Amino acid sequence: MTAYRAHLLVCAGTGCVSCGSFDVRRALEEEIRRRGLAQEVLVVATGCNGFCERGPILLVQPDGVFYQRLKPADVPRLVEEHLIKGRPVKSLMYVPPNEREPVPLMKDIEFFKHQRLIVLRNRGRIDPEKIEDSIAYDGYAAAAKALAEMTPEGIIAEITAAGLRGRGGAGFPTGRKWDAARRAAGDTRYVVCNGDEGDPGAFMDRSVLEADPHAVIEGMIIGARAVGAAGGFLYIRNEYPLAVARIGKALEQARANGLLGKDILGTGFDFDLEVVRGAGAFVSGEETALLASIEGGRAYPRQRPPYPAERGLWGKPTVINNVETWANVPPIILRGSAWFAGIGTATSKGTKIFSLVGKISNTGLVEVPMGIPLREIVYGIGGGVPGGREFKAVQIGGPSGGCIPKSMLDLPIDYESLKTAGSMMGSGGMIVMDEDTCMVDIALYFERFAEEESCGKCAPCRVGTGAMARILARITAGEGTADDLDRLEALAATVKQGSLCGLGQTAPNPILTTLRYFRDEYEAHVFDKRCPALVCKALIAFAIDPETCVGCLLCKKACPVGAITGELKKVHTIDPQACIKCGICLKVCPAKIHAVRKTPAVAGAAGSPAASTRTVPPARTGGPR
Amino acid sequence: MRPSTSELARLTAKAAGRRRALIQVLQDIQDRFHWLPPEALEHVAEALGVPLVQVYGVATFYKSFSLRPRGRHICTVCLGTACHVRGGGAVLEQFERRLGVAAGETTPDGAYTLERVNCLGACALAPLAVVDGHYYGQMTEAKVATVLAEAEKDERS
Repeated sequence: MTAYRAHLLVCAGTGCVSCGSFDVRRALEEEIRRRGLAQEVLVVATGCNGFCERGPILLVQPDGVFYQRLKPADVPRLVEEHLIKGRPVKSLMYVPPNEREPVPLMKDIEFFKHQRLIVLRNRGRIDPEKIEDSIAYDGYAAAAKALAEMTPEGIIAEITAAGLRGRGGAGFPTGRKWDAARRAAGDTRYVVCNGDEGDPGAFMDRSVLEADPHAVIEGMIIGARAVGAAGGFLYIRNEYPLAVARIGKALEQARANGLLGKDILGTGFDFDLEVVRGAGAFVSGEETALLASIEGGRAYPRQRPPYPAERGLWGKPTVINNVETWANVPPIILRGSAWFAGIGTATSKGTKIFSLVGKISNTGLVEVPMGIPLREIVYGIGGGVPGGREFKAVQIGGPSGGCIPKSMLDLPIDYESLKTAGSMMGSGGMIVMDEDTCMVDIALYFERFAEEESCGKCAPCRVGTGAMARILARITAGEGTADDLDRLEALAATVKQGSLCGLGQTAPNPILTTLRYFRDEYEAHVFDKRCPALVCKALIAFAIDPETCVGCLLCKKACPVGAITGELKKVHTIDPQACIKCGICLKVCPAKIHAVRKTPAVAGAAGSPAASTRTVPPARTGGPR
Repeated sequence: MRPSTSELARLTAKAAGRRRALIQVLQDIQDRFHWLPPEALEHVAEALGVPLVQVYGVATFYKSFSLRPRGRHICTVCLGTACHVRGGGAVLEQFERRLGVAAGETTPDGAYTLERVNCLGACALAPLAVVDGHYYGQMTEAKVATVLAEAEKDERS
């Protein structure tokens, strides 16, 4: 085996790939060949590093130097300077927001420094398409231990003692679920991985599947052994083609190495897995709906109990856990429940991955111990809100979650605290919002989402989400009345209580939390016909300040409806009758001139309340498309 | 594109008689033709032994299936939460204006289908648009024209 003096770890997660990391990899390989370094330097494509916003990312090991936003054109210089002359290239390094000096080493970057990696332990250091890489970092050692040295009861006891809870949102104790399936009557049992990560704003499961597919497979082998399952399924979202490809390759490699199939590792245990691709329905992330989808039907949820652990796939006991939960299993088995239970809070053990996105400086995936204050995630790791704007709220838990306001930034994050705050862990999406985000618009966004994604089986969700969305649309159009707020609250309570599955039961959360923490914004829309964040189109206007306009024609050229008049070097004006409030003029007006202004709409003007404009085309659900 | 019987037979062969393979078979057909032609659905019903009504039930339930022919170019605008707060809605509107169709529709010449999606899980790139499989991150209204021009160029080359 060749010993290389340097490894170039190129991130090949979806984020970096979309920014061109494969081109960077090719350029690196070529340059290294050209320079005759092929025997000394190895280029490796790894899974997602999490700091997606800085892609394409390159980590040079063993130095630990972190390069970001690379282009193929940077490669010759990087190879020449760093790998031949030994001078790391400062200009390609990460510079923290509002600072000037780059931070050369990955371990010193704030984004990475505060994280605690259990599930993402192999991120950025292994090639997810090579089982040897995974095995070199203890991959399948836990499976070997579980199969050869532990009893099924012993495995379940260990997972229970660790305090592992479901990472898909509800936080059900994993050990109890497994125990119920083990005790359920019948010979055939299944294990299922829920990889239908539908929450908008969450992508940790995709990242784990892409970066470390063997960890998920290994967790499922251990779970299968514990409950006595001979078969299992990985249900993965249709929108995640790279994850499907990587897990498929990993399954082949595991089979070829005797880690799946008959008589695994010579222990007499038979188990195999199959990949099922989702087909685009948010509701299929609900466990009973997901099982219906695997069976080949429409993803309709059903009444629980009986829970899938008792009656699941084809009526057989089925353990269904999400990707992140399965990936937690091998480290617990390998390092012991006491180690895992030592991390986190009294009721929530271990770590949680959050996707930190929206109005935040450092966007990406972060894995942190349970109980970490929200402030540390947003400011410590995330670097706060960019562009000097004011932080307003964090939306946690997707369409089932809620908005946590600034006053609660010191909230320690775990399952219970989030629930008390009216939100929920959900899958761990954290969308940061600043003063330019309208909370009523956000509530409307989520209710439209819920309405569109409601499967239609039960009336409270099918009808209720739409009714709430219509009231919210009225409020954002400046046509809301005082009764609307009460009506929203009453409807929210009904939908919460009366819905069949989690989708409907949690759909009112975005409304309830925004009403609870940002009632003043609702009231401004309803009583003053004003959108404080200047987002709701019916309540805003665009105008050009004649004092500052230099007559550059940029906005006039960009206006899609020809609403702007003016000549070169003469002040331009916007015709409010023709303006569709798309905001393009504001974006093209040079920042140093800043002549285009967004203002509250003047009552009675065209386009102000009553002439409501729709912001998003109506949802298309059901029926032939 | 209309499917030939032999091709449909090939696409359904390994699933014959297996009801649970319904979604996977429909996906294979959609991957091949970019939509689900009626004759394909009838073929699937027969091959798998599933009532035609159930095939339609599944084909209309899931959003990745299209019962109408789609354009040569597929433009998908992400409106996940991260994209929404970073202005994805304005990007979609610009696509709608440029193409002259609303989301979910295909241009009359069959060149473009405009779609929106509720999250592609590439939130760090928000707002995001995907055209013919190419991801365009940090989209702006101004970039829409460039992105569409690139798609045209790819077609000619």
